[in-house]
Amino acid sequence: MQWQFWIIQTLNSVAFGGLLFLLSSGFSLIFGLMRIPNLAHGAFFMLGAYFGFTLLQLKLQFWLAALAGGLGVGLIGIVMERFVLRRLAGNEQGQVLVTLGISFIIADICLLVWTGDPMPLSAPQALRPPLRFAGFAFPTYRLVVLAIALAAALALYLLMERTRLGAMIRAGVDDTEMARGVGIPVSRLFTTVFLLGATLAGVGGVLGGPILNAYPGLDTDMLPLALIVVILGGAGSLLGAFVGSFIVGFIYNFGIALVPDLAYFVLFLPMVLVLVFLPQGLFGRVQI
Amino acid sequence: MATEALDISGLDAYYGDSHVLHAVSFALKGGRLLGLLGRNGAGKTTCMATIMVMGFLKPRRGSISLYGENVAGLAPDAIARKGICLVPQGRRMFRTLTVRENLMVAAQARKAAGSGWSIDRVFELFPRLAERAAQLAGSLSGGEQQMLAIGRALMGNPRVLLMDEPSEGLAPQLVAEVGRTIAQLKAEGQSIVLVEQNIKLTLDLADDVVIMNTGRVVFRGSANEIKLDDAIVSQHLGVF
Repeated sequence: MQWQFWIIQTLNSVAFGGLLFLLSSGFSLIFGLMRIPNLAHGAFFMLGAYFGFTLLQLKLQFWLAALAGGLGVGLIGIVMERFVLRRLAGNEQGQVLVTLGISFIIADICLLVWTGDPMPLSAPQALRPPLRFAGFAFPTYRLVVLAIALAAALALYLLMERTRLGAMIRAGVDDTEMARGVGIPVSRLFTTVFLLGATLAGVGGVLGGPILNAYPGLDTDMLPLALIVVILGGAGSLLGAFVGSFIVGFIYNFGIALVPDLAYFVLFLPMVLVLVFLPQGLFGRVQI
Repeated sequence: MATEALDISGLDAYYGDSHVLHAVSFALKGGRLLGLLGRNGAGKTTCMATIMVMGFLKPRRGSISLYGENVAGLAPDAIARKGICLVPQGRRMFRTLTVRENLMVAAQARKAAGSGWSIDRVFELFPRLAERAAQLAGSLSGGEQQMLAIGRALMGNPRVLLMDEPSEGLAPQLVAEVGRTIAQLKAEGQSIVLVEQNIKLTLDLADDVVIMNTGRVVFRGSANEIKLDDAIVSQHLGVF
C-alpha cells in the first residue's frame, strides 16, 4: 500500500475529526450540564447542511451561509429547549424521548422540503484546487475545515476556562443542584449551552456539506459518531470532545478504508470497552 | 413580622410520601445567630434543604420570609440571589474549578449595608485560600474546603447565612478556627442560622437556640436558658 494512501487518509481523518468536534462539543456540553443526550443533535447537523444548500442556492457567500445556517439551527435549538425541554424539567427520560421525536420530525420535514435526493454543497471557489506540496495534492477545503475546527476549539476553550460564564457552566456540570444553590441561573445556562451546541452543529453541517453532501439519513449517520465521541471523551468535557473527535475520526476513516466489513465493529468496540471499564470516559466527570 | 431576618412559619415538607417536617416554626432576628440543634435524623439538614428547595424537597405548607418577603418555593438560584446563602453539609465544592473560580461563580452584587464581599476580602478572612487560589478545589484538605464553602457562601453577600454542620469531620483545632470565623462574622452583623451536632460550639456562639426532633421543633429559647438548665439538653438531645 502506497504511503500516499496513509497521508491522505490521515488528512481525511483529522479533517473529519474537526467536523466531529463541531458536532460533538455542543452535544457533550449539553449532556454534561443537562444530563440528557440530545438525540436531535444529528438532525441539527443535517438541518445545517440543508440550510447551507438553500442559502448557497440563493447566492449567499459560503462563509455567510455557514454562519446564517448555524444561527438558524441555533434558533430552533432555543425554541426546543425553552418551549419543550423546559416543560419536562426533572423528567430526564421524557426529555430524551422528546429529543428523539424531534429528530424524526426534523428528518421528515427535511424530506418534504428538500426531497430524498442528495444535495451537493459546493466549497468556495478559491478552495477547490488542491494544495500541492512535496509532490502531494492535498484537498485544500478539508485543511481549511480542520483550521476552523481548531479555531473553534481554541475559542471554546477560552470561553470555558477564562470567563465567568464558562466557570458557571463547569460548575453546573460538576454539581447542578449546588450551582443553583449558590445563585447560578442554571436554567438560563441550559438555554445558552443549547444555543451554542445547536449553532455549532448547524455550522458543522454547512461546513461538512461539501465533503458529505446533504442527504436523508445524514442525521442518523452522524449521531452515533457524536455519541461515541462523548462516551470516549467523557460527557461535559471539552478536552474529551476534542480528543474523542480525532480518535473517532481516525477509527472511522481507517476502518472504512482498511476493513470496510468491520467498520462499525472497530468503531463501537472502544465505546463498549469504555462504557464497561471507564464509564465516565477519558476526561469526564459525569457517569453515563 | 417584617423585622425578622428569617421567619419560618408552619413549614411542612415531604420526601415522596414521607412527612419529614411538621409545622416547623422559628425566627431569626437580624444580626443574631440562631443555633439549630438536634440528634442525627432530627430534620435539621432537611429543614435547610427545604428552605433552599434542594434535594427534591419543597415546602408543601407554611411560609419562609426573608425580611418580610415570602420566598417559599422560589427556585434555589432565585432564593440565593434574594440573599439566603448556604454553607452545605459536606461542603459540596465545585471540585474541578479552582478556588478562585469557586468564589467567582457565587458572586452576587447586592446593595447591602456595610461593605460587600469580594474575592480579596474572602482571602483576607482565609489567607490559606489565597495561597491556594489557583488550585483545584477537589485537591484541598477538609479544613480548606470548609473555608472555601464559607467563603463561597459569603460571596453571595448573604442577608441570612445558613451553615449546615460546618465543624463536621474537622480536627479540633480546625473546629476552633471555624468557630472564631463564625464569631467574627456575627460580630460584623451577619445574621446566621447554625446547624450543628457540636452542642458546645453552638452554645458558645448562639444567641437563640431551636431544638428539633423527628421533624418537629421541640424547644425554642435563648442559649442562656440552655446553659443554665442541663435538663433541656439531656431531655431533647439525649446526652450528658
